[in-house]
Amino acid sequence: MNAVYILWLRQLKRYFRSRARMIGSLGQPILFLLALGFGLGPTFARAGRGDYVQFLAPGIVTMGILFTAVFSGIEIIWDRQFGFLKETLVAPVSRLEIVLGRTLGSATVALIQGGIVFLVCLAAGFRPAHPLLLPLALLFMALIAIMCTAIGTAAGSVLQDMQGFQLIMNFIVLPLFFFSSALFPVPDLPGAVQLAVRLNPLSYGVDGLRGALSGGFAFGIATDFAVLGLLAAILLATGAWLFSKIEA
Amino acid sequence: MTAAIIEARDLVKRFDGFVAVDHISFAVPEGVIFGFLGPNGAGKTTTIKMLTTVLAPSEGRLRVAGHDPVKEPLLVRRAFGIVFQDPSLDGELTAAENMELHGVLYRVPRAERRERIEALLRFVGLWERRKDYVKRFSGGMRRRLEIARALQHRPRILFLDEPTSGLDPQTRNQIWEFIRGLCRDERVTVFFTTHYMEEAERVADRIAVIDHGRIVAEGTPAALRQETGGRTLEDAFIALTGHSIREAEAAPIDRMRMMRRVWLGNR
Repeated sequence: MNAVYILWLRQLKRYFRSRARMIGSLGQPILFLLALGFGLGPTFARAGRGDYVQFLAPGIVTMGILFTAVFSGIEIIWDRQFGFLKETLVAPVSRLEIVLGRTLGSATVALIQGGIVFLVCLAAGFRPAHPLLLPLALLFMALIAIMCTAIGTAAGSVLQDMQGFQLIMNFIVLPLFFFSSALFPVPDLPGAVQLAVRLNPLSYGVDGLRGALSGGFAFGIATDFAVLGLLAAILLATGAWLFSKIEA
Repeated sequence: MTAAIIEARDLVKRFDGFVAVDHISFAVPEGVIFGFLGPNGAGKTTTIKMLTTVLAPSEGRLRVAGHDPVKEPLLVRRAFGIVFQDPSLDGELTAAENMELHGVLYRVPRAERRERIEALLRFVGLWERRKDYVKRFSGGMRRRLEIARALQHRPRILFLDEPTSGLDPQTRNQIWEFIRGLCRDERVTVFFTTHYMEEAERVADRIAVIDHGRIVAEGTPAALRQETGGRTLEDAFIALTGHSIREAEAAPIDRMRMMRRVWLGNR
């Protein structure tokens, strides 16, 4: 268990020491929040849907977590080719401990990043509907972080070089984000898009978080929780398995 | 001669039909400095990877520190320390933190860890720089740190895969002094690869030459010179492996090395 802890700690140290990364990965969510929130806000209100920033904020927090978490997979590629990964792979600890430490560390980082995005949302005028539900929001954020980090771990274990990660970004991360319930209300969507959104695990994360922060679950809290928990577990197992197959 | 601490018999490694290591056998007696030489792509690194549990052999038998690397990887891992060809430190951590992380992974008890870290960092002259980020270190300092780190858990064998490649001659000399000093003090068996022949000649007690995945000669540096009639080990090496230059195909790792150089410079 010490190995898990020290590798978790390493991820956190690396995060806190890299201000550029911390600020850089805030750029995108802030841009989305400001451009979409204020750009589409009046139209959203005129459609009788209320305050768009209230609706959007949980989606933007999810985005912050998603991007940070999946990108942690790049670190595996980097560590693997140069460096540090070999040091851990020849250490007398199991691969499972290594992958657990790394993944939990990166998930914690993603969770913190999500927290910072949440603060930015507050600054932009977002107000949680039920402050008492904040712990529930944190729980959903943690589940989203674990699920997305596991995707990053899986991708980082399979891909040989950085170029491949562009593929993951364009064909997995962006579709996951855009075809989720992050940006628009699900019930209004046309059939095919609605189906895509309903099949997207991230939608359940966004929905859970939105339920906890803004009030109103579209799929129901139990469904959100079950889907997210199950997928987080499956993806974590997949990521760990793929990581254990790495030949340095 | 004392008992062999590393023993390979008919070791084979195939990758998709390509034979990287082709039925090699050798034994490394405990306490010696053993040089494993060969041109690029000869199978040196593949052999080290099999000895260090990173790759599973396709065929053959291996014993490292009395254990089978395939069946008992954790026992083997506890028994060796390794310095890889590419740096394997975390540049975002300090020298002391890199050492500490290693100690925790190898379950060195806390008190002993503290003591070992100080003694080893002092020995390689990095104690004053222990709180500096490794990304600010020169190539030679990183190597010294890696050697100190590899010895922290008191391994019986130290593997060094081209420990001096990319370093200037002064630094190379200094690195070997550290290695010899530490190995004498810690009574460690050393298994290293290099393609600097004069280094191998000066440092190694025994040498094996590998080419095209096969061992073409084994013995003391003097015996190898005699066998081939060369004046230096370099002459012997060329007599054994020929003059043709090996062009290994650029693997992803080479492209990454390139990118790393472009991005980070030669830090």
